[in-house]
Amino acid sequence: MAKTQNQPLEFERPLLELEAKLEEMRALRGDEPSADLNEAIGKLESRFHELRQSIYKNLTRWQRVQIARHPMRPYSLDHISAWTDGFQELHGDRLFGDDPAMVAGLTTFKGGRYGYKDRTVAIVGQQKGRDTKMRKYRRFGMSNPEGYRKALRVMRMAAKFGKPVICLLDTPGAFPGLEAEERGQAEAIARNLFEMARLPVPIVVVVIGEGASGGALGIGVGDRILMMENAWYSVISPESCSSILWRSWDYKEEAARGLKLTAPDLQPLGIIDDIIAEPLGGAHHDPESAFSATGKAVAKALAELDGIAPDVLLEQRLQKFDAMGVFESVDTPEEDVVSGS
Amino acid sequence: MAWFRRTKAGINTELNDQIDVPKGHWIKCKECASTVNRRELQRNLLVCSECGYHFPMSGMEYYRLLFDDAEFEVFDTNLVSQDPLEFTDRKPYPKRLAEAHRKTGLTDAATGAMGKIGGHPTSITAMDFKFIGGSMGSVVGEVISRAIKRAYTQETPLVIITQSGGARMMEGALSLMQLAKTSAHLTRLHDKGLPLIVVLANPTTGGVTASYAMLGDIHLAEPGALIGFAGPRVIRETMGQDLPEGFQRSEFLKEKGFVDQIVSRAEMKSRISQLLDLLLEPAAG
Ligand SMILES: [Zn+2]
Repeated sequence: MAKTQNQPLEFERPLLELEAKLEEMRALRGDEPSADLNEAIGKLESRFHELRQSIYKNLTRWQRVQIARHPMRPYSLDHISAWTDGFQELHGDRLFGDDPAMVAGLTTFKGGRYGYKDRTVAIVGQQKGRDTKMRKYRRFGMSNPEGYRKALRVMRMAAKFGKPVICLLDTPGAFPGLEAEERGQAEAIARNLFEMARLPVPIVVVVIGEGASGGALGIGVGDRILMMENAWYSVISPESCSSILWRSWDYKEEAARGLKLTAPDLQPLGIIDDIIAEPLGGAHHDPESAFSATGKAVAKALAELDGIAPDVLLEQRLQKFDAMGVFESVDTPEEDVVSGS
Repeated sequence: MAWFRRTKAGINTELNDQIDVPKGHWIKCKECASTVNRRELQRNLLVCSECGYHFPMSGMEYYRLLFDDAEFEVFDTNLVSQDPLEFTDRKPYPKRLAEAHRKTGLTDAATGAMGKIGGHPTSITAMDFKFIGGSMGSVVGEVISRAIKRAYTQETPLVIITQSGGARMMEGALSLMQLAKTSAHLTRLHDKGLPLIVVLANPTTGGVTASYAMLGDIHLAEPGALIGFAGPRVIRETMGQDLPEGFQRSEFLKEKGFVDQIVSRAEMKSRISQLLDLLLEPAAG
């Protein structure tokens, strides 16, 4: 049985308590075996399994947000090292600097093991740090304009050499700093949206953790949008939404519910194409199986996009995003012609 | 759509009803606190005669200002939000929509129009800040996209007037995707060699800045407009310090290289038509 992680989330506590009790009883049985104890352990074990199922199969949206942010969740570089070989990281935007919150480079995607083929791809991904020092170095996964511009530089290089692009989204948002604004955070994101809409090679986007706002979308335009089961993707974080609309930080759970920010919410809206199933409890409970599910999903998407002529690919990409949005036309009773004074 | 009932052709409201300032003969300027006469303010294109502060102006007034002889055809006033997420915060979203409609006569925060500027047939799309802070949801994204399509199918230049707090929270990821949708349509305008002139009005922030507002061939900004991605409050909290004077204002954006010119409302029409003459050669006749 997979042990519950050592950095449990609040809602996992009842499981942990049961698990501790089980350990205790098993230790006791080691000392003095008895039929009664065996029966009690058996009962507790089945209760543990039931509870585990009922918690993890009924995750609320806010619980999924917490899983997406779990400090042990696989990050971009973990995925890259799991399903690619010989990643050559490329640094800098050739304009101002390098941004550690965004990684970019060329690598061999090991598609052969997923029934596709091994091939060169470009990868760009938002990168968080694992410990205090690295978290700060990676700016918590929040890019400056240089990050978006570096990503674009590498994507354009991919187009030049006819290589597909894989984008890994995992950010709590673009960095809201003074210098980021001075150097055109908005322009950098806008430019990427524009250029990604006309990049003549296949683009596969995977939301692996947090997909917050324009900061995430800045590398999120593509032909296939995949999303891990416990990732979230929305226009704003639940906390900020709570603070703006409820004028209080206390409504993050309501906001998470209202924003419909999980993969199962977004698929029927046409915002994502496929959901990548995660191990019970989230990717960090069994990273290896999470990597293989993600690698397999990327391989499938790349295979589907192989051999599509660039003009067809771009037309389909435009149509895909054009179809996003829900609205209704109401009848206009008369021609809306307005003339001046 | 349950929230929406068309009572009259909502777009024919008088100029008086369109001003986003309190009723009464005298209005206090938000910038210099001087008291200005309402009629005079209207004659002066909603610009304070004391300090030059540009009061918010509706999309319809921009069309009247910019199109030759104030003649134009309005489009897409019949698109309404369906509340796809059934979103409720302190108020249900349909209630907010209905209130905004009642207040403005608009169905959402953007419209489109076709007319001529300096003889050049032109597609304009203008946002309306008064409709839920000019926020962009599915309807705004569609309206802007249709205005872009009108420009590239009829081979006309495009002018976008932006005034928006950003993407609309109440439509979640659907709002976010409007950034990508509008930007994708702009690639077609670009490929046809047609100009995009963006007019940045106060305020232009968030997702609107991070999409079409920053993708123009030419960026004109009204004086003193707040233009940025993150809001000043968030940046102040991140930095833990006060922001410099004039930060994220038009003049700052020009200094940093993101705005071509600062143009007052009174000069906007002639400036756009000069630029179109340069880009397209003067219109015949
Ligand atoms: Zn004034």
